Amino acid sequence: MSLREFPLDAALPRVPLGEWVESAVDWATRTLGPVFDAITAGVEALVGPLEQLLNGVPAVAVVAVLAGLGWWLRGWKFALGAAVGLLLVAGMPYWEETMSTLAQVLVASVLALLLAVPLGIFVAENKRASAVARPVLDFMQTMPAFVYLIPALFFFGIGTVPGVLATVVFSMPPGVRLTELGLRQVDKEIVQAAESFGAPPWMVLLRTKVPLALPTIMTGVNQVIMLSLSMVVIAGMVGAGGLGDVIIFSLSQVEVGSGFEGGIAVVVLAVVLDRLTDSLGDRFPSARAQRLAREAA
Amino acid sequence: MSALAVQSLYKIFGNRADEAVRRLADGAPRAEALAGLPATAAVVDATFEVRPGEIFVVMGLSGSGKSTLIRMLNGLLRPTSGSVRVDGVELTSLKPAALRKLRRDKISMVFQHFALMPHRTVAENAGYALEVAGLPKPERRERAMEALRMVGLTEWADNLPHDLSGGMRQRVGLARALAAGTDILLMDEAFSALDPLIRREIQDQLLELQAELGKTIIFITHDLNEAMRLGDRIAVMRDGRIVQIGTAEEILTDPANGYVAQFVADVDRTRILTAASVMEKPHQVLDVGAGPRVAAKALRDTQTSVVYVTGPGKRFLGTVTEDEVLRALRENRTNLDGHVVTDQVRTVTEDTSVADLFADCAESRHPVAVLDDRGRLAGVIPRITLLSALASATPDEPAPVEPSPAAPAPADLDAAAGKEMSA
Repeated sequence: MSLREFPLDAALPRVPLGEWVESAVDWATRTLGPVFDAITAGVEALVGPLEQLLNGVPAVAVVAVLAGLGWWLRGWKFALGAAVGLLLVAGMPYWEETMSTLAQVLVASVLALLLAVPLGIFVAENKRASAVARPVLDFMQTMPAFVYLIPALFFFGIGTVPGVLATVVFSMPPGVRLTELGLRQVDKEIVQAAESFGAPPWMVLLRTKVPLALPTIMTGVNQVIMLSLSMVVIAGMVGAGGLGDVIIFSLSQVEVGSGFEGGIAVVVLAVVLDRLTDSLGDRFPSARAQRLAREAA
Repeated sequence: MSALAVQSLYKIFGNRADEAVRRLADGAPRAEALAGLPATAAVVDATFEVRPGEIFVVMGLSGSGKSTLIRMLNGLLRPTSGSVRVDGVELTSLKPAALRKLRRDKISMVFQHFALMPHRTVAENAGYALEVAGLPKPERRERAMEALRMVGLTEWADNLPHDLSGGMRQRVGLARALAAGTDILLMDEAFSALDPLIRREIQDQLLELQAELGKTIIFITHDLNEAMRLGDRIAVMRDGRIVQIGTAEEILTDPANGYVAQFVADVDRTRILTAASVMEKPHQVLDVGAGPRVAAKALRDTQTSVVYVTGPGKRFLGTVTEDEVLRALRENRTNLDGHVVTDQVRTVTEDTSVADLFADCAESRHPVAVLDDRGRLAGVIPRITLLSALASATPDEPAPVEPSPAAPAPADLDAAAGKEMSA
């Protein structure tokens, strides 16, 4: 017995939401075709060369660069750990895929941040925009990640581009939210002090609010990169290539070994990127000053 | 010409602000007037003028509206109604750019929690206003260092604020305001976050700087002792209204209403009251040219043993005692010249605080002579007067206030508190 047999339920109007979305996507595909083609070309122009560069140099060179960054940002212990982890990945058969995933993550993260940080600043300065942005961000974050792949497929076809763009949409929200949060948390008295000396709004924003919000904004950057990485694997389902392909293939063939290898490569990449971006935020003078203040308290 | 004039200023937070202003305008208490309105009144009908070069203290407890008031003086908050004039310029109607220019040129501010930028060095913080004004870096640095020198912090110029103690940080806040070179300084509970000893030190420093620079300072505080110590004039705020404006003495001796009286009850009056406010009219004053017979008559009439003698221009010379008068009579002198002595009474100036009078009173054989700034005899203080001034200054009974010569009795201010207080 289905619920529809209750008379009251049967009287409920049917809402063909799915059909509406479909026709909207249809319409967009037909009329906005050139726009999508341009975006496709643009993203490919970013990802392709980067992928070629990462795969065009010896694995050891990439490991050395990342470990060197780790040394500078976090110290020798982390550098050593990162080197060991990355060399382990290099010793497995999927180095090439790991590098194309890295290229996709970097491009997707940069695009997401280029959209998220200015948007975050805008909504932090504008209460009404913030009220509008909140449910939209909720939607973007909670909609199952796979779903983004479907319209992306329609608009951009199979390959890297729909994967990267779906990743951008999925990973943007924490960048927006944490930028907004960081700016709103800046000590009001300090903002007033800047204003009381006659500083114009752009100056208050760029020289006072943003520097003071930077640690929180950098947490957002870190979160965006982490979400990108998790999404890039899912994007393997639309043939984005990289580790996503490896893992999806292993799943369909029930190959435990290669699946595990692909998974480990993702984990190593994630840990290295996470720690690197995390300590990047601490390099700013405002972060140093705030950390000192916390320690003193 | 006032440096800053505020007329019927209101700040209402919430909705239906105009209705709130209308209801408050006839002087009803805040809670009654706004009952049922979705609004709160932070500042109600504030009217006052600040003279160039004075320290004008706004005092009130938290929630009295004083922080809101000061933020309307430089446009950080927009008044709901009323007028704020800075150097004759109506601030409430200025466009944002003009308002910013006014802040750069005329008004700077010192904040309760210092509000230094943690990512900039002390010198960069001190020079912030100059950076905003677009001055080149070397000049900025030079003027910032000059301001830091005034507050004694030059050797900390290249440290971060974090390296400094609270008192030092607020001196940076002060230096930042001074470096801006504005005539008006707004100080919002500037010393309230500091512990008492440091607070006292920085108050002294402010008074020293003020003696040198002569800024117009509007100083917000909840601390009555601080208000009395710093303020040339004090405005007492309660529930958004200014209930009294006057000098420390006026507020102590003639509280406008029970609230102010209670507020000032536990102040150490001996530090606030001055010789001028307790002195009495001298009865037996003679010119040095008067003859000894006149002096003898004066002594007989007033039944005292000493006459105060003044010279040309009413300048106080000293006293003539009974013995000297007798000697002058014996020697058939025509005037008192040569019989005036100076060791019989002590002299003090009008602004000597009562606390500092005790020693003089104790050591002076006759009532202490109070001289004005031109050395003329303004009054005398017998010991008994000093004691009774203290007695009437004890807390608990602010009622028996006698009009003192220095503070002419103001009208009864209880009725229309805020309105008549424009002083």
